Amino acid sequence: MMSVIVLTLILFIGSYFAGLLGSLTGLGGGFVIIPLLTLVLHVDIHYAIGASLVSVIATSSGSAAAYVKEGITNIRLGMFLEIATTAGAMVGALIAVYIPTNFIAILFGIILITSAIMSLRKKAELINQEKNLLAEKLKLNSSFPTPNGPVNYTVKNVGGGFFMMGFAGIISGLLGIGSGALKVLAMDTIMRIPFKVSTTTSNFMIGVTAAASAVVYLQRGYIDPGLSMPVAIGVLLGALSGSKILVHTNSSGWLRWVFAVVVTFLAVQIIYNGFIGKI
Amino acid sequence: MNKQPMSQKTFRDTDMQAVIGWILRLGVLLSMSIIFIGGVIYLYRHGQAIANYHTFKGIPDFVHNIHGILNGIITFRGQAIIQAGIILLIATPIIRVIFSAIGFVLEKDYLYIGITILVLLIIMVSMLSGHAG
Repeated sequence: MMSVIVLTLILFIGSYFAGLLGSLTGLGGGFVIIPLLTLVLHVDIHYAIGASLVSVIATSSGSAAAYVKEGITNIRLGMFLEIATTAGAMVGALIAVYIPTNFIAILFGIILITSAIMSLRKKAELINQEKNLLAEKLKLNSSFPTPNGPVNYTVKNVGGGFFMMGFAGIISGLLGIGSGALKVLAMDTIMRIPFKVSTTTSNFMIGVTAAASAVVYLQRGYIDPGLSMPVAIGVLLGALSGSKILVHTNSSGWLRWVFAVVVTFLAVQIIYNGFIGKI
Repeated sequence: MNKQPMSQKTFRDTDMQAVIGWILRLGVLLSMSIIFIGGVIYLYRHGQAIANYHTFKGIPDFVHNIHGILNGIITFRGQAIIQAGIILLIATPIIRVIFSAIGFVLEKDYLYIGITILVLLIIMVSMLSGHAG
């Protein structure tokens, strides 16, 4: 049993670090928030998903404001892919009610481990410049600023990326996370978008995606004000610290390792608890 | 690559980026200030209460519907004020999409006006289906 003020303080501090790590790795704060709430503080997973979604919107919007100004974000690409992510998020939030909570917990753990592994991949900064008719028609090709002037890039495999984004949206709506890793995967691996552009554009899309499922959860009573308050404020402050570091430096390699280890540990715990039915 | 006249297009795109960045910053700043104020009131009144989130019971009625929240704001109920801030926070990326639509209208980019409206429609359907469910 814990008083409201103690819980609020713990949540605030935990959320600050979740936001910082989530922003630096581009994976979002939800990955730490949900385990913190469910495993450590024994909060029901429905409330955890609600609070996480709120924090995801705060993180995304807070750091997107900084990235958009830098001109790295591809707004048209984000807008186009948001069709898939918002539709997916709606489906995810709607089917969440019919899925047993321990299954949601296990799925969360699996996505967590996948994201951790993916965040460790070597990022070869290849600039794709192949012509692609669909990408040209949709005006997805663009350029981003570098110290040596703007670099042009083109987008590959639009259909495949769009499909993957729909999946990322479903996961986001189902689990209350940003699905940043899946979004970056779709853009990096499938669409061959430069890493800096995919990270910032993914972050840009996360807010709208989360909002599409938050409007469902808000009406279902998943979003508790007392719980969401320290989470949203903490994650946002952490994310702002993180975005300042990311815009001004290039290396966050060691942080990805720290994050991957922490996240894998949490994932195993959540999957175990899901299997024994404690979540 | 792009076959349109670049000079004009680039200028407008930068404009839109500035507006979008500005909206996101304002929305987050405003909603977070409201959440913070509500949080202070909530903690002042209920800080010593026992937190109980072990089992899912939904949320109290006075923060579950617009009427209750408005009433709560007038009577300075911390949780109602926080919830109003959260709703504004959720609305922020949606407002961003609306402003992108306006930006695409100014650029006469009909394809992206359509895409943006489609995204807004999906969010609206989601909102209505959440109500039904």
